[in-house]
Amino acid sequence: MREVTIRKQKIKKGSVKIRLIVFGTLAALLIVCSLFSEYLAPYDPYLQNLSIAKQPPSAEHLLGTDRYGRDMLSRVIVGSRTSIFSTLLLVAIITALGTAVGVVCGWYGKALDTVLMRISDLFLAFPGLVFALAVAGVLGGGLQNAIIALAVISWPKYARIARSQTLARKETVWMKAAKLSGSSTGKIIFKHILPNIIGPILVTSMLDIGTMMMELAALSFLGLGAKPPIAEWGSMMSDTRSLMTTSPWITFSPGIAIFLSVMIFNLLGDTIRDYADPKGR
Amino acid sequence: MKKYVLHRLLQLIPVLIGITFLSFAMMRAAGSDAITELYGDKGAVSQEIIDAKRAELGLDKPFLVQYLAWVGGMMRGDMGVSYISGKDVFQTFISKLPATLLLTGLSVVMTVVISIPLGVLTAVRHDKLTDYVLRFFSFVGNSLPNFFVALLLMQIFSIKLRILPVISKGLSIQSAMLPTLTLAIAMSAKYMRQVRAAVLEELNKDYVIGAKARGVRSSVILWKSVLKSSMLTIITLLALSIGSLLGGTAIIESIFMWDGVGKLAVDAITMRDYPMIQAYVVWMAIIYVLVNLITDLLYHALDPRIRLGVRADA
Repeated sequence: MREVTIRKQKIKKGSVKIRLIVFGTLAALLIVCSLFSEYLAPYDPYLQNLSIAKQPPSAEHLLGTDRYGRDMLSRVIVGSRTSIFSTLLLVAIITALGTAVGVVCGWYGKALDTVLMRISDLFLAFPGLVFALAVAGVLGGGLQNAIIALAVISWPKYARIARSQTLARKETVWMKAAKLSGSSTGKIIFKHILPNIIGPILVTSMLDIGTMMMELAALSFLGLGAKPPIAEWGSMMSDTRSLMTTSPWITFSPGIAIFLSVMIFNLLGDTIRDYADPKGR
Repeated sequence: MKKYVLHRLLQLIPVLIGITFLSFAMMRAAGSDAITELYGDKGAVSQEIIDAKRAELGLDKPFLVQYLAWVGGMMRGDMGVSYISGKDVFQTFISKLPATLLLTGLSVVMTVVISIPLGVLTAVRHDKLTDYVLRFFSFVGNSLPNFFVALLLMQIFSIKLRILPVISKGLSIQSAMLPTLTLAIAMSAKYMRQVRAAVLEELNKDYVIGAKARGVRSSVILWKSVLKSSMLTIITLLALSIGSLLGGTAIIESIFMWDGVGKLAVDAITMRDYPMIQAYVVWMAIIYVLVNLITDLLYHALDPRIRLGVRADA
């Protein structure tokens, strides 16, 4: 019986590795494509040519053209840079900010901890996108403001994880040894705490990429993120909604691009979680 | 239990103060008040008139005094007037709230109808074909942005099949169908996974093996024991997901032109109608906090271990 379970675990670990390689490659491809999007796009995504407006998908224009005759495939490809990089930037910001607050709270404790944690509770008291909508509304539209709005509501989750992880490490024997041997606080935090707690935090950020991409696209869709004519998937969809009846491909191609990217990042996130925690799920 | 309720109610006070303070401070930080909205900032009106108006509205007072005045007004249902329509903000908000609550309620019902049976099914048939297929669908649902789902449904049911209206015409079943379905699809995809996990966890407990060994039929174990004990977790998770639903309605309401507070808020944001945004943020947060509180109290009231005061050491 025991041997059987061990073998099963080994097989599982092997298949997780394969998944990790496959989805990791796909995500890397996606990022590389968005980096070199300008060279990959067959046409200039901003070049208007009204004589070929609203053409259905054809060999020449694989995803058709929009109302100004701009090639949709090129727009979707170039849009990937805005959508993917702003998402990655957002996730990086909330991970760094949340971790910093969480480590400080866990390490110093006392009044500082209470104050910062109450503040993070406060942000958690607002339901989902409601507060982000308001922040974006106050700051005004624009991709930068949409990123700020989502960062404001998303950091507390990371602060809580980092704090509980720091607290768990603080009482260990090796931490006491580090303190006794006279290491400075900075050295302890950067050399001993951060490397040990970063695992679960990074897993959380990987799992969040998909959600953040959808929320950024949602804000852009509402006109609170990237503004036309900048090619961004969410705003491209809302911008062309009126054409949905006659030329659905214009609205749906950026939507499918969002769906596929979110799916790739979600698959990668799930795989990394399974890899980090083999007994889970 | 009574002590606990009291404790939770006391905890509510700082949260409410925080919510109102944050909402108030944020709108102030926007750098716009009724005066700039009224006269514009081009200097068309002399400084004396502006100052007089400012004093009349109490805007020359210190920040904290203004905040307290605002909270006082809020309690009396006075949240100022809209910069755009000039109508009373609180009245407008309250008049649109039932539509949003109806949409939320319908979506929750539909989510329950879809995801609890399917979630239980995937747990019972776990690692079999049914499980894989349903998990695949749940995964796809989780990767679809809800506005994309909304547009897809619109394309299929309103434009191609022509059986449902593109935009809602008042509160009717036909108008509610697509927005409800959109919200329920997104929520079910997430919730089905949670139901599956909760039921699986219960199925893996020792007493299930014990019951099986004693020859109790699987269906009896499932219905009489497993579902009964995992239901509490399932219901709690459902109530907790209402928060994301309340935020999610905004975009769906504005796509389907559903006349609720979400659409009101999106319109207010595009027109920079700050008092309206403020009312939306404050009240949605209060509703969310109250829903969470009720969930928590219900959880405590329904769990016999807590209700009967059984301690771990007893």
